[in-house]
Amino acid sequence: MRVMVLVKATKDSEAGLMPSAELLEAMGKYNEELANAGIMLAGEGLKPSSNGKRIAFDGASRTVIDGPFAETRELVAGYWLWEVRDMAEAVEWVKRCPNPMPGPSEIEIRPIYEMADFAEALTPDISALHDRVREKIGGS
Amino acid sequence: MAATDIHRTIETVFRIEQARLIAGLARMLRDVGRAEELAQDALVIALSEWPRTGVPEKPGAWLMATAKRRAIDDIRHDRMRARKHAEIGPDLAPEPDTGIADMEAAMDDDIGDELLSLIFTACHPVLSPEARAALTLRLIGGLTTDEIARAFPSSEATVAQRIVRAKKTLAKAGLAYEVPRGPERQERLASVLEVIYLIFNEGYAATAGEELIRPSLCAEALRLGRIVARLMPDEPEVFGLLALMEIQASRLAARQGPDGVPIPLTEQNRARWDRLLIRRGLAALERAEALGGADGPYALQAALAACHARARRADETDWRRIAGLYDTLLAVRPSPVVALNRAVAYSMALGPEAGLALLGEVERAEALRSYAPLPAAKGDFLFRTGRLAEARAQFERAAALTRNGPERAFLLGRAAACGP
Repeated sequence: MRVMVLVKATKDSEAGLMPSAELLEAMGKYNEELANAGIMLAGEGLKPSSNGKRIAFDGASRTVIDGPFAETRELVAGYWLWEVRDMAEAVEWVKRCPNPMPGPSEIEIRPIYEMADFAEALTPDISALHDRVREKIGGS
Repeated sequence: MAATDIHRTIETVFRIEQARLIAGLARMLRDVGRAEELAQDALVIALSEWPRTGVPEKPGAWLMATAKRRAIDDIRHDRMRARKHAEIGPDLAPEPDTGIADMEAAMDDDIGDELLSLIFTACHPVLSPEARAALTLRLIGGLTTDEIARAFPSSEATVAQRIVRAKKTLAKAGLAYEVPRGPERQERLASVLEVIYLIFNEGYAATAGEELIRPSLCAEALRLGRIVARLMPDEPEVFGLLALMEIQASRLAARQGPDGVPIPLTEQNRARWDRLLIRRGLAALERAEALGGADGPYALQAALAACHARARRADETDWRRIAGLYDTLLAVRPSPVVALNRAVAYSMALGPEAGLALLGEVERAEALRSYAPLPAAKGDFLFRTGRLAEARAQFERAAALTRNGPERAFLLGRAAACGP
């Protein structure tokens, strides 16, 4: 199964505080361990929300809101995609992560929907629509 | 934490650590079977102590230290016993600690090298491919005997026996426990890659049973491939195999219809191809080629898969390039199956008559006597040239040959489409 692992933001990450040399080295080693274990699929750091935008949906209206956004603890500062056997394995691997922030922080794990999960909800028409969208996004 | 929660956690931690644990012990003892036993002993101790003390900060080191202590105790015990039974003589004067010091020194060697040694040992050609696969999934993948049995499928008893016998064979063969170098390295590496691809194929196109695909087995093979690629970053065929598996795995969601019937590549819904895996596969292929391995058999197969992956729609497939790659593959790795696939590629590039023309020599191959894809391909060429009665006969023959339920249904469907 696949999981997305989300590093939640803190005041420091939102302030654009760069990680210390020690943390960079520790994170580098950790990412190597993930790759050595064959579970790492992808991962990136996200810029602070001051660089971001939101679009608010309400009925037909669309409102663009510039960052930064207030609820620091709910923001995402970085993500990984891992291929693991189960949530238990994902949990143990996250526990081994060096604290990504100078102070207390949180990392969230979310399992990714597989095709099989959608099978019952989709009618053939809706399924085809999703497929057409994915085809357009896909490219080669 | 509830009792079962902590046990689950301990088992999960053990599963993460076990390959390296066994690898370190096997290097020390030169005995894979004994190494696994000691690792299991360490797990039992962890299960009884960690609920009280908590999971240690470095669980791998804790397990290794615990298992080491047992190993050294065993050696001392054996040595004492041997001393009691031996005749006293000057050349038998015991040197109590050098042997142990040597072994401890050996354990401090490069961890990566140890794991690679374990992989090479589990994949040793003295074992049958099925035994190698079972042993690799057990020792490196950490799968239980039951999980392996469900994967292949096989009975748990068969798998257990297979693993026991494999360990005995390895012990009796008295193999050097190290990463092969020199002239035998390529052959031994080929054996490792063969095992990984065998596991992948069982998941990708199950040879028996009622399921067409078992994605978790593909995931295990991919994991093994990624691990080996990290351990052998300069071996082109390792990246060739990895590229092939990543790209093939990208199609898993598209290979099967809702009723389990297989969907041929040219008819698959490409929106369901996993583009992350395709990207990873193309990157691995690039590395294989950069390492000078473009003409390796796995790299060539990966290049073939990449041709399909790059085509946004089936009718955009570069069949001429594919046919050319098959020409090379046939020269590098001649086999009737490759010759058959080449005939299929030619039929797509130049028309079904071209495919039929190339089939002549393929049909004479003894090895393909009971190979369902051969009459299936011939049936397809005949169908496309309008020779429907002959096509039907071929599809029926193919259906009779396959051991896979959904594939049989598919072939019978093609036969029916030929008319009465």
